[in-house]
Amino acid sequence: MKKVFGSPKSLTKVPFTYCPGCHHGIAHRLIAEVLDEFGVREKTIGVCPVGCSVFAYVFFNCDMICAAHGRAPAVATGMKRSKPDSIIFTYQGDGDLASIGTAEIVHTANRGENITVIFINNAIYGMTGGQMAPTTLVGQVTQTSPYGRDPKTMGYPIRVAEMLSTLKGVAYISRVALSKPAYILKAKKAIRKAFQSQIEGKGFSLVEILSTCPTNWGLSPIEANKWLEENMIPYYPLGEFKTPEEVS
Amino acid sequence: MGEKLLMKGNEAIGEAAIRAGCRYYFGYPITPQSELMAYMAKKLLKMKDSAFVQAESEIAAINMVYGAAATGVRSMTSSSSPGISLKQEGISYIACAELPCVIVNMQRGGPGLGSIQPGQADYFQATKGGGHGDYHLIVLAPSSVQELVDLTMDAFDLADKYTNPAMILGDGLIGQMMESVEFKERKKIDLPDKEGWILTGCKGREKNYIVPFNLDPYEMEKVNLKIQEKYNELKEKEVRYETVNLDNADLIIVAYGTVARIAKTVIQNAKSEGINIGLIRPITLFPFPEKIIAETSEKVNKFLVVEMSMGQMVEDVKLAVNGKAEVNFYGRVGGVIPTQSEILTEIKKYLK
Repeated sequence: MKKVFGSPKSLTKVPFTYCPGCHHGIAHRLIAEVLDEFGVREKTIGVCPVGCSVFAYVFFNCDMICAAHGRAPAVATGMKRSKPDSIIFTYQGDGDLASIGTAEIVHTANRGENITVIFINNAIYGMTGGQMAPTTLVGQVTQTSPYGRDPKTMGYPIRVAEMLSTLKGVAYISRVALSKPAYILKAKKAIRKAFQSQIEGKGFSLVEILSTCPTNWGLSPIEANKWLEENMIPYYPLGEFKTPEEVS
Repeated sequence: MGEKLLMKGNEAIGEAAIRAGCRYYFGYPITPQSELMAYMAKKLLKMKDSAFVQAESEIAAINMVYGAAATGVRSMTSSSSPGISLKQEGISYIACAELPCVIVNMQRGGPGLGSIQPGQADYFQATKGGGHGDYHLIVLAPSSVQELVDLTMDAFDLADKYTNPAMILGDGLIGQMMESVEFKERKKIDLPDKEGWILTGCKGREKNYIVPFNLDPYEMEKVNLKIQEKYNELKEKEVRYETVNLDNADLIIVAYGTVARIAKTVIQNAKSEGINIGLIRPITLFPFPEKIIAETSEKVNKFLVVEMSMGQMVEDVKLAVNGKAEVNFYGRVGGVIPTQSEILTEIKKYLK
């Protein structure tokens, strides 16, 4: 009998503790599969954030470090400058990257640091119980926008992929989603391109991954996937925003 | 006989750091230490296996140091008071993660944006934590450009020896002045092996992880207890201070850094007036030289603590004296430097 599917070496055997329907599990697995395929697990160092995925250090089977909230790109910079032959990735949520960490992500991208950022955009703050994120949609109800996000006092949601792709030092930026198998396959391709771009020394790479948070959206996992496709994708279009010509 | 050079304080720190093997500097400009940053840029950008990054903020810089330190290299950042405030969370992480690094604070007048002239009002911040949680920095207070050199090199060794961040607590005056310095041959010291915990990729071993966090409070308590053991060892083995004219003194000045230099002149001037003053100059502010102060308070019953602050180190002196002698305070703030004559005038008040 031929083995056609298994747990990637780049994941530990610890069962995920994420909520039912949470896309962190899928995202973790896709990254781990890519690290396995490139054979770089043993020279990879991952930076985990503050947020639900603070526990990524338990699930990834490579050297890991926990960064202060928002500062993962700076920590990654320090590590990559010290060990340029390592593969460094950060894994960040929308509060970590687009709120408190805005300066770090913009400048790390601008310096063209040769690292890969995985940005999980679920339009809400998960770990702390469902507050508004910079990526929360207009009208979306959260703990700190109880009457719906009001752009007049709370601003509009930020399109991170588009914004960062205007910077010259950026090599690869794309946005993907995980709400159905076809999207998941495309997401893996994007993550591959991002890590390949790092391996080839092309500059900064980022994959924005639209994800669900059924617990804080107050929806079932299946309803949450539907909500993502009907509401998030129209505002956050999927696709590649920057590519170096050579990354195929 | 080492090489003798005339150097500006800030630049001497940079040269000392490089000679101590530091190749990774991350910083942000702020007066009065920007010359240190410029020096590191000039030197490191021409060296192999090194990095100089002008970070987007002091916060980013300390986090870059955290990352580099995790990979096992000697790394450094520098700033002045307001920028050091920004770094506090990062420092707390580094201390919890038990990583070595050197942080240079060339103090200026505060609070707020304050002034650009020298101050010593960051003593509490430097020695009592600064950031959240139970931890301490190893704090060294140079009093001359030669000491800036020697203590910077010591700071890297101490940080590695105790896997704890170390701070050089200078000020705007000592950073700006030029003095003759000698880069002496240093004795090689035994430092612990880093291989067991550094992040370099898990080839040939299990993964390492650096996580300054634990959801299990009993485990987190253990982390704290382990860190405290280091501080107990530091208190036993690494206290440094200088004493001047303690015998037969009628009053002891306690001062550090720039103010201690001024105090030495006060002692000379007082002598010519027939007044016998002594000085205890802490060189390590953490661990604090409480023993020498306690011992001296058995023989001399008047202390005057002089600082460029509203009174910070004076509290530690009072604790060490523990009621056995009178402890008074004199300070100037906002960037003002006290003069020898005003200090002597103040001393005379207590000797009436």
